[in-house]
Amino acid sequence: MDELIKRAGKDRLGGTLMILVGAGAAQQGITYSLGTLAAPGPGLFPGTLGVLLMLIGLAIAVTGKRARAPLPATAGTRATGAAAEIEPAPRRAEWRGWFCIVLSIIAFIVLGSHGGLVPASFAVAFIAALGDRDNTLLAACVLGVAMALVSVVVFWWLLQLQLPLFQWS
Amino acid sequence: MVAQSILDLLQGFGVALQPHNLMWSFVGVLIGNLIGVLPGMGALSAISMLLPLTYTMHAVPAILMLAGIFYGSQYGGAIGAILLNLPCHPPHAVTCLDGYPMTRNGKGGTALGITMIASFFAASVGIIVMIFASPLLVKIAFKFGPPEIFSIMLLGLLAGGTMSRGSPLKGIAMTIFGLLVGSVGTDVNSGLMRFTFGMPDLSDGIELVALALGFYGVTEFLRNVNRLHSVGDSATLRMRDMRPSRTELKQAFWPMVRGTAVGTLFGAMPGTGPTITTFIAYALERRVSKNPERFGQGALEGVASPEAASHSKTQVDFIPTMSLGIPGDAVMALILGALLIHGIQPGPQLITEHEDLFWGLIASFWIGNVLLVLLNVPMIGVWVKLLRVPYRYLFPSALFFICVGVYSTNNSLFQVGEVVVFGLIGAVLVALEFPVSPVLLGYVLGPMVEENFRRSMLLSRGSLTIFTDRPIALGFLIVCTLLIVGQLFFALRGWMHRRDVERNQLLPAEAVSVADD
Repeated sequence: MDELIKRAGKDRLGGTLMILVGAGAAQQGITYSLGTLAAPGPGLFPGTLGVLLMLIGLAIAVTGKRARAPLPATAGTRATGAAAEIEPAPRRAEWRGWFCIVLSIIAFIVLGSHGGLVPASFAVAFIAALGDRDNTLLAACVLGVAMALVSVVVFWWLLQLQLPLFQWS
Repeated sequence: MVAQSILDLLQGFGVALQPHNLMWSFVGVLIGNLIGVLPGMGALSAISMLLPLTYTMHAVPAILMLAGIFYGSQYGGAIGAILLNLPCHPPHAVTCLDGYPMTRNGKGGTALGITMIASFFAASVGIIVMIFASPLLVKIAFKFGPPEIFSIMLLGLLAGGTMSRGSPLKGIAMTIFGLLVGSVGTDVNSGLMRFTFGMPDLSDGIELVALALGFYGVTEFLRNVNRLHSVGDSATLRMRDMRPSRTELKQAFWPMVRGTAVGTLFGAMPGTGPTITTFIAYALERRVSKNPERFGQGALEGVASPEAASHSKTQVDFIPTMSLGIPGDAVMALILGALLIHGIQPGPQLITEHEDLFWGLIASFWIGNVLLVLLNVPMIGVWVKLLRVPYRYLFPSALFFICVGVYSTNNSLFQVGEVVVFGLIGAVLVALEFPVSPVLLGYVLGPMVEENFRRSMLLSRGSLTIFTDRPIALGFLIVCTLLIVGQLFFALRGWMHRRDVERNQLLPAEAVSVADD
């Protein structure tokens, strides 16, 4: 993704994205009834917003800087006087971290509905902790157990959270 | 009239200061604070979880305890917002903008101290203003119909969209995106499902807490995982660093006063809520600042002003909330609901017929604030220690709290899924340099903007002149136009200047400095 961003230019890409979102919203808005100004229908507001978003997306794409031009948001570097030379260091996508964070929340959802609060709490902390390269398997396990304990004491016992500790379904 | 108000307020304080009542207030502040500080648990979830506790109490201690929970969890939420960039309450989205950078610069304790001082100062001023101006404020509140509310929201959306760093166009695009996100769910007027993608779980709309925690929490984790080792920097933290210094207090004083003024002004307008108020206060502070580029990088003013605005708004907001029954935001609506349970019916007669009760409520809010200051001054050090936790332990734990917190809001696992989706959307948007705070503003105001626009149209039978015929609405629209024209002017001037610079082949560094304006 970072490579794509670099080649196309953030503004071009962002503007295009906004045009697409706007077009989708406008298209959907039209399928709901638009109504008249005197009796606005449910589609009028989202439809108008979609069209507006398309226009603004177009403006962003057109007025935005081309790829590799100095970025406008580097105000902080202005004081150093050499802003044009400094481009933010390319950030490599952190796939392991991303994968683990997303998976941990999904695990919470799945285990929450099929396994109960304790396994869900353990899973979310355990999997997310594995996303960080510095964490060992043991550290992740300890963190998972600690969070499971917190969820039992604080949420289930003190705050009466409506989710069984264990369940099979 | 003023003398009568003071008398009633004194009586209200008398009730609230009885030892028995004071104790409940203290319990509320303490529990609220402890729950609010957990990531994922803001004022909204704290109040909704603790509300059942007050059912069996008498009305007065129940309200006192609620006020305590409100202040405690609000401040607890601010701790999460400032130290960990996790806002659970929309006004804190603005506090994050500069509060979190302050933490990254090792000034998190100062930010917390200023937040506390600003909220106390603003709430006190709010009460004084109410004593002297309540009859006037009631009159203003009654002048606000749908066209006025619509036009002020338009102003708030524009100001909020253009205030963030970087391109104003991107800010406005994000505001519109937020408005669209806000329109997801069942349409109030026709019962039609909009943008639900066939999922019945979306018929009630998107959950606010899920949106906020996805955009700030998960997005932040996705961007920082394996890159950040400790939020608080390794700088040593001493008790001395946590208290704001005299120069910092001086620096925060005028922003605090301006924020309070904005909050008081907006307090009288029904249905506006603290979110829009904080965004406008922040935008104003950035406009009057001599070096606006500091904002977003840990400017003390950017924390003091919105926090003050939010709290003075909350105090003064009682007038329209109680006299018209229109709550400004979800938290206020919850408190109003609690009052209804205890047999306190909001309406135009409430302030005149039950003066003692109305002022007692106000007194209890102020007392909640005082207790909060007393409780938290020695506690700031404890909160700041939170930052010493290494990031590799911090973010998995925070993810756990986010999951459980979002689940507890509505007992819905589906909404936990919303957190992932918005976290990923937020990461893409941030990577493309879009500001995410306006999305939250748009989301909160969206349903109200649409509702009031449609009501205005029904009132005027489809004639748009209703917005220009009414002086208050016209005034706000003129300010909106000025804002847009001003932005266009600056953009055009910047573009012309840049072209000239390019033509003259000056130093590229200067071309960039123009682009920043």
